Parts: sequence; structure tokens; C-alpha cells
Amino acid sequence: MMALLEIVDLHANAGDAEILRGVSLTVDAGEVHAIMGPNGSGKSTLAQVLAGHPAYRVTRGTVTFAGHDLLDMEPEERAHAGLFLAFQYPVEIPGVTNAYFLRTAYNAIRKARGLDELDPMDFLDLLEDRLRVVEWGPEIMERAVNAGFSGGEKKRNEILQMAVLEPTLAVLDETDSGLDIDALRIVAKGVNALRRPDRATVLVTHYQRLLNYIVPDRVHVLSGGRIVKSGGKELAHELEERGYEWLTGTGDAESVTAPAASYAATASPVPAAP
Amino acid sequence: MTSLAADVVTSRAGSRTLRGFAELATAVADAAGDPAWLADLRRAAVARFADVGLPGSKDEEWRFTPLQGLAALQFNAPGPAMPVAIVDLAPFLLGMPGWPLLVVVDGYVDRRLSRIGTLPPGATFGSLADAIAIGHPLVERHLGHHAPVDASAFTAVNAALVRDGAFVHVGAGVALQEPLHVLYVATDGAAGSIVAPRMLTVLDRGAQATVIETFVHLGHARGTPRPQLTDICAEIVLGESARLEHTRLQRESLATYHVGFTAVDQARASHYRSFALALGGRLSRHNLHARLGGANIETLLYGLYVARGEQLVDSHTAIFHDHPDCRSWEVYKGVLAERARGVFNGKVIVRPEAQRTDAKQTNRNLLLGDEARIDTKPQLEIFADDVKCTHGATVGKLDDQQRYYMRSRGIAGRAVEVLLITAFVAEVVAEITQPQVREALEALVYAEMNALIA
Repeated sequence: MMALLEIVDLHANAGDAEILRGVSLTVDAGEVHAIMGPNGSGKSTLAQVLAGHPAYRVTRGTVTFAGHDLLDMEPEERAHAGLFLAFQYPVEIPGVTNAYFLRTAYNAIRKARGLDELDPMDFLDLLEDRLRVVEWGPEIMERAVNAGFSGGEKKRNEILQMAVLEPTLAVLDETDSGLDIDALRIVAKGVNALRRPDRATVLVTHYQRLLNYIVPDRVHVLSGGRIVKSGGKELAHELEERGYEWLTGTGDAESVTAPAASYAATASPVPAAP
Repeated sequence: MTSLAADVVTSRAGSRTLRGFAELATAVADAAGDPAWLADLRRAAVARFADVGLPGSKDEEWRFTPLQGLAALQFNAPGPAMPVAIVDLAPFLLGMPGWPLLVVVDGYVDRRLSRIGTLPPGATFGSLADAIAIGHPLVERHLGHHAPVDASAFTAVNAALVRDGAFVHVGAGVALQEPLHVLYVATDGAAGSIVAPRMLTVLDRGAQATVIETFVHLGHARGTPRPQLTDICAEIVLGESARLEHTRLQRESLATYHVGFTAVDQARASHYRSFALALGGRLSRHNLHARLGGANIETLLYGLYVARGEQLVDSHTAIFHDHPDCRSWEVYKGVLAERARGVFNGKVIVRPEAQRTDAKQTNRNLLLGDEARIDTKPQLEIFADDVKCTHGATVGKLDDQQRYYMRSRGIAGRAVEVLLITAFVAEVVAEITQPQVREALEALVYAEMNALIA
């Protein structure tokens, strides 16, 4: 069976600086992968290169997504093909309501796939259903996209968008950073609700604590623009105990546990959907 | 810096005139029937215009709005108006054909097309010519007193040429539910001529009303008709505690030069809320001046101007805080595409006695083309010490981060731009409080934004 996402020897620059220096990664349908690593390791760059951010230039390597040459596609074409990036810093769009934005995006993707657009009433039904995933009332839909949202609300809104757009591959870029325990639980719930045998999720995270809620199939450590170690879910626990420096060799004693260590201790894991 | 009296100081540019204006003015003056006060006003107007002529580029008030094109035209007497049918007007009725409607065709009220319906006792809505003819005391008292002939060269032109227009009077304590719609239609009959209607709106103490002014051009001729000039003057008088919501929609064609002057005089505790939409003619200029003539007045000015191609659209506002404890709030936004030019000038003048004034002015512009241009000039002149006055002007392009974010969600091509531009303008349109007017304007603006990107 063909992998859902196959990254081979990916090199990418931001300006003149080479950030990714040969990333190779295979994600199969049905899997959850976690990409961990210290600050500056290239995690967010990898996420943005997958989504097609124009600020990054790919200099070498290939990315195949569901049989498409991903690097040859525009950002919107990647979305049409089923890719979704939950932004680390979601963008505010004053003047556009969440409801209108989501319906426009949803219908743009349907249209690109040759499907009929959903009329506003049917879309409302869908929305109502997905709002339950993030435990939000309908009033959020009349607010402008991310405008004046707290950090936690913005992340939650990314999960709502993901729940509505139902991507085959969701890439979550540090969606867990800066979240309190309730928001973290809701994010995890959103990801777990989306788990299906034909879909996959890539979690980009600095900290281990999200992985208490979303159990990954594979864990990768990114350092210096390369994956330096891959393993099963137990690798995350090892990182938690030992930090990153034993892998990165930088002597960097950055902690893998969240600043408030009690999160991991008090939280009970949410089992992954079968 | 311009002095307090800047709006009444015009350069002596007598060599530049409106060609044909003198003949048109003579013809109007010779047509019998003016009461003495109006004949006097016309004489003063003709003398004033002969004195100042068209503003030139050295006139600070017209620095960015060159009138050479207008000065080159020869204006003649208008021909008969082209036939206008009710069905031609349907697209401009904001989806509310039942609202009291006064249709002014090439400067004259058309009784066949107008439908006033039944208004509550104490309210008048009709032809200005009729009000003059019956000697309505409010007309003599107010006409030419709020937008005097020396306010601008074009208020003089209007006073010299005006024959008809709209007259609105709402008596003390009367609250009108339905908006009054004045629809000014320019036809090809006025090609090569000057159309100069006028509006006088008087709200007595405690009266409430909503007034919409719409300017359209119904072109029948094939090809580009000869240019015409719309020179409109509106005088609005608000009594104590009166409330007016005023919507002005300028949506004429590339055949039109449009120059409008709206003068609002407010008494104590009155409330004036304006939304001015300018979609630009070939050249359009609107002056909106509000004089806050008592304490506890509220003046809210919202504006949106949109232009493309070679259009020039100019908004000048002036708010005169003459008394204490008043609040003025102003937000004007502009979207300029292709080679269009925009001009914004916002004066706020706070006199020494106007303590505790709360004034905020914002002008934000979106330039969609590298050759589009905006000249924006906030101008606060504050002579009182205990005030809260702020202003800000911004000029920008569409935000790349927002664009990328939308694309990453599958929204592509034109839809991204339309959504972002609509988002930019939504803030001012949302300020219209009359729900049907607001909804109609949202649809109109959305269609315009779509057309802008096409």
C-alpha cells in the first residue's frame, strides 16, 4: 500500500539559511506521528513547507501526498487534496465571521473536488455538530475569524476548522503550546475524533504532555533540520526523562515536560479512537 | 496648516470659469417666479462665482483634485430628460420599493415616478420647488444659510442654477419609521449640461428620521455620452434632541463629474449619523460639514469610497466643535484599484469654549494597484485644553499572511481578494443602523468588490 505522506531528503531554506537539511519521513493512513524537537530544530518550518508557505524555498527532495507531488501544488490545491495545517499562530481576519469563513472554505474544497456546494442551512447543521467537538456554542460563529481571540481560543478555532474540513492529513504545529489543561483536552478530543483508518495526523510539538492525550504510533526527534531518532510512543517518555541533549549533542538542557509539570501528573489519558 | 476659515477662503482664480455657466445662470434668473429672497441669493451666487471662478491647484482645498478636465468642458442648456420608467429605477430602490420615494430627474422632481405615500401628521416630504412656490417659511429661513454661496465655488453654482430638489420637514416630536428616499437620476438629456438639485431637510425639536440620497446616471446613449456635472447642495438642520440617520449613495457613471456639499447644522443634544458611499464618477467630490451648535451633540460620520480605472474620488469632512461636551466619531475607508486616485481630508476644529470634546477620526485606505494613489490629510485644530481628540490615517495593501491563511484553507484566487476587501469595508457598512438599508448596502458593496477584482 502506498504511504499517505512520503517525505524524502527534504531540504528547505528561509532566505539564505538552510533550515531543513534532509528530512525523510513516511506516514501511513491511520497513523498519528509526533515530531518533537528543541526550539530552532526546524519543526515549524517542516509544517509550513508542507502547507506551502511562500517564504520557504525547497532546494532538494520530494514530498508525495496521496499520490500527488505536493511541492508542485499551490497552498489551496494542497487543501483541496486533503491537507490541513493547524497554525502555530492563527491569523486574525477582522470583518469576516467565522461562519462565513468556514462555509467559504468548506465549499471551496467541495467545489474543487467536483461536489455541489452545501447550502447555508445544511452547512449550519454540520457546523452545529462540529462545534460540539470543541465544546463551543453557536455564538463563536458570529465573531470575526480569530480577531480578539485569546491564544487558547485561536488554537481551539483551528481544531474547529479541522473538524469541519475533515482533512486526510492534519498537521498540527505546536497546537498544544500555551494551552491550559481544559483547552489541551479539547484539542486532543478534536484530534482523536478525527482518527480514521484512511486519515493521518502529524503532531509537531515541543512538549511531551500532549502525547498523554493523543497516543502516537511513531515519535520522531528533529534536530538541526534532520530526524535524528525515531521510535514508538515510549520515545516520548524517554525524552521526557532525559531531555533533548542526549540526542542533539548540543548540551542544551531544554525540558521536554511542560513548564507546569503537574499537567502530566493530573491528566488522565484519553484513549485513542480505534 | 489651514486657518479656521479655510473652507471659506478660495483663491482668486477668476480666469478659470465653468464655460457656459453665465448663460445658464442668466436663463434661470430670467425664468419668472423666484421670490425676492431667492432672486437675491442667485445674484449673490453669480457675483460670487464670477469673483472666485473654479478652484485652481493652488487652492489648498483642491490641491489633489485637479479641475482642468472640468474647466475644458463647454456646458449648454439641458435637453429634455430622457424617458425614465419605474422599472429603470428598481435596481436603485435598495429592495424597498415601498419606502416614500422622491425621484428627481435631471434636477426636477418627477411626479409620475415619485411615490410619497402617507406620512404621519407633521411630516412633509416633497418637491423643493413646490415649497418655494407656496412660500414655505422654512425654505426662506434656511436655504443658502447653512451652505452659503461663499462656502465653495460649487455652492455658488448650485444656488445660481437650482430649480428643484427635495424638501423634508419633520415636526417636533414626530418620529418617522420608514426611510425617506431621494433618488437623483441624471439622464443623457443632461449630457453636456449642469444638473443642480438641492435638498433642504429640517428636523424640529425631538424629531426622528432616516433620509437616503441616491445619485445615479441612467445612460441610454450608445458609446460614451458627453460628460455632465452634478452639483448638489444639501442643507440639514437638526433641532434640539433631533435624530437623523443620513445615507448618501453616489453611484453615477464615468460620464459624470459630481460635486456635492452637505452642510449639517446641529442644535443641542441632537444626533446625526451619516454613511456616505462614493463609487466615484469620472471625478467626484463630497464636502460634509457639521457644525455642532450646542452642548451634548453627537455626530457620527462613516464613509466608504471605491474607485478604479482613471477615477478620482475626494471626501472632505469638517466638524466644527463650537460647544462643550460633544462627541464626534468619524471612520472613512477607501479602496482604490488600478490607477484610481483618492483624496481624504478630515478637519476637526475645536474652539476654546468646546471643553470636554471627545473626537476621534480614522481614515484607512487599501490600495489594490501599484499605480493607485491616496492623498490623506487628517487636520485637527484644537483650541480647548480639556479634550480627548485622536486621529489616524493608514494606507496599506492586502495582507499576505491573511491571504496565505485563506489559501491554506482551500479558498483560492479571486475569492481570497473579495473576502479580504469585503472584510476591510465591512466595518463601516456595519455602522448603518437601519437594518434594511444596511443589508441592501452590504449586498451592493459586496457586488462592487466583486466587480473591482474581476
